[in-house]
Amino acid sequence: MAFLTFLIRRLLLGIIVMWFVTVATFLLFFVAPQDPARLLAGKNPTPQTIAAINARLGLNQPLIVQYGHYVDRLVHGNLGTSFVNGSSVNTILKQDLPPTLSLLVGGVILWLIVGLGAGILSATRVRTLVDRTSTVGVLIGITFPTFVLGLLLQFAIFLPLNRSGFHWVQTGYEGPTTSIIGWAGHMILPWITIAAVSAATYTRLTRGSLLDTMGEDYIRTARSKGLTERRVLYRHAIRAALTPVVSQLGVDMGTLAGGAVVTEQVFGLGGIGQQSLTSITTGDTPVVLGIVLMAALFVVVANIVVDVLYSVLDPRVKLS
Amino acid sequence: MSLLEVRDLRVSFPTADGVVRAVRGVSFSVDAGRTIGIVGESGSGKTVLTQTLLGLTPGGEVSGSAVFDGTDLIGLPEEQLRRIRGAQIAVIFQDPLTSLHPLYRVGWQIAEMVRAHDKSVSKAAAAERAVELLARVGIPQPRQRARDYPHQFSGGMRQRAMIAMALSLEPKMIIADEPTTALDATVQAQILDLLLRLQQDSGTALIMITHDLGVVADIADDVMVMYAGRAAEMAAKRDIFYQPHHPYTKGLLESIPNSSAGAGRLRPITGQPPSLINVPPGCAFHPRCAYVMDKCLTDEPGLIPVAQDAYHRSACWLPVTAAGLSEQAEEARRRTVGEGRHEAAAKIAEAIAESPEAEGSVIA
Repeated sequence: MAFLTFLIRRLLLGIIVMWFVTVATFLLFFVAPQDPARLLAGKNPTPQTIAAINARLGLNQPLIVQYGHYVDRLVHGNLGTSFVNGSSVNTILKQDLPPTLSLLVGGVILWLIVGLGAGILSATRVRTLVDRTSTVGVLIGITFPTFVLGLLLQFAIFLPLNRSGFHWVQTGYEGPTTSIIGWAGHMILPWITIAAVSAATYTRLTRGSLLDTMGEDYIRTARSKGLTERRVLYRHAIRAALTPVVSQLGVDMGTLAGGAVVTEQVFGLGGIGQQSLTSITTGDTPVVLGIVLMAALFVVVANIVVDVLYSVLDPRVKLS
Repeated sequence: MSLLEVRDLRVSFPTADGVVRAVRGVSFSVDAGRTIGIVGESGSGKTVLTQTLLGLTPGGEVSGSAVFDGTDLIGLPEEQLRRIRGAQIAVIFQDPLTSLHPLYRVGWQIAEMVRAHDKSVSKAAAAERAVELLARVGIPQPRQRARDYPHQFSGGMRQRAMIAMALSLEPKMIIADEPTTALDATVQAQILDLLLRLQQDSGTALIMITHDLGVVADIADDVMVMYAGRAAEMAAKRDIFYQPHHPYTKGLLESIPNSSAGAGRLRPITGQPPSLINVPPGCAFHPRCAYVMDKCLTDEPGLIPVAQDAYHRSACWLPVTAAGLSEQAEEARRRTVGEGRHEAAAKIAEAIAESPEAEGSVIA
């Protein structure tokens, strides 16, 4: 019963948050220096062209009326139509989602393996060479700009491989339904790029959390029970240390689902991130609004899931 | 033949500030079925001493021997030590809330102990045994409670659960490290009763670590008073309370608030326990001792027998006749101090007499 109350309350709050997000974004667009009609009108537009565009898109109506139309469509599940090419925003987003989700899934798996692995290794071998090397790796991972890494990988791996006839690694996007191997080949470099920063962050997070946990009294109790060090580490220490990591993961996934602009752009994946960049540049308000709304939805849902998950992982936590 | 025979155990920890000499040569023995109370302030080394026996103090430099049931625990390979932990020697820690794993059910944690050394025990059988053990330590509705998490138990029940866990493999010896300190007085009495009863039922040897002489009076057969990493006095319980010899022991007894003595100030021992990095030369207690003599500043006394029964020993230069709280004993002390105290010691005695807590308990 308490769970249901919690869920309903959080969902309502989530809806309010998303509403605020749409209002803010909507306003931003009309306060922005770019005139949407002018952007769409092409080179040397005549005043008549601009007026025509304004009428067509309903941009000459009062702001509140435009917003009213927008909300009306939204409630019916219609995100509107693109200013640029007239296609439905729903369709555009549906097309753009698979690359972003592919990036997300592969990236998460990769950075979890590296992050958790390195974090646990470092914590169990504190201040040894392994630990110090991993710390240096973390520093590099955190400070290395994503776009530099992406471009470097393209130059160092994609180009040479392709030139020597090995065509598995490709830029652009190919769905898993077409060919799993092809999909992986297209995604492997983006996965490495997106995972680098997060792997570093998660290594540091896991190491810190595990070191803290190892100093707890219940670890001493576990040892005094005569358990093997291996069991003490995995069943007692890591289990407790992973709870904050899982929370962080949920939030990170929610954020990433809204698009990874730099990585998608560098590798030409055509996902949500790349689309958002294009749409902002061309002043395609409906698409941008659609993306913002969707990203906000992902973040809200992720946060709710994380809170519920935390209460499952840690019985001391009560959902309130 | 004692169950545990500790000889000249020394433990030190190298730190950035210097070497911390936590245990500076302790010897004692525990017989099967008997209880020894180890009394001391924080920093006296009592916890390090017992945890070193089971290899639970990483980073420490250990020397000396601790022969348990024929095997020297010091220097024993980790794998063999691991097999002794829990099965032969079990530990009950001070704070059961932090000592139990917060994310696993209580029954599961006890069952884990049962299966730790014998994987052939099925999970179901171990779970059943856990319920039995919870019942044995007096937890009502044990089957339901076994499915609870530690934070859902009250303090006293948590400690009972820890005791249940310690008993699960019927160890030969239990080390109880201040098991009642985190509990309130009425619960404390219940827990001590429980420990005593269980110990008598199963004939387990018990090392009870405490700073509370009341606990010692309740439950111990023999007592070792520790100060600054060494034994200050060792005796049977009766002798510690009625014939205390070491001024530290005397000070501890006198500092117990006595409700029948009417209103009056508490009489603490003046001063602070010493740093274990810079232990005072000679007798470590001399800067706080009302009976300080010249010899105390330079020569550290070993444990010297102070009664006909050689068991009662005290690490103090005062004569055998100075044992006890009688007039004669005090007279013997005054005489010895009068003869043995000159300039250097006198200065220290003055400083102690002048300290605000002293008030009339000092010979200057």
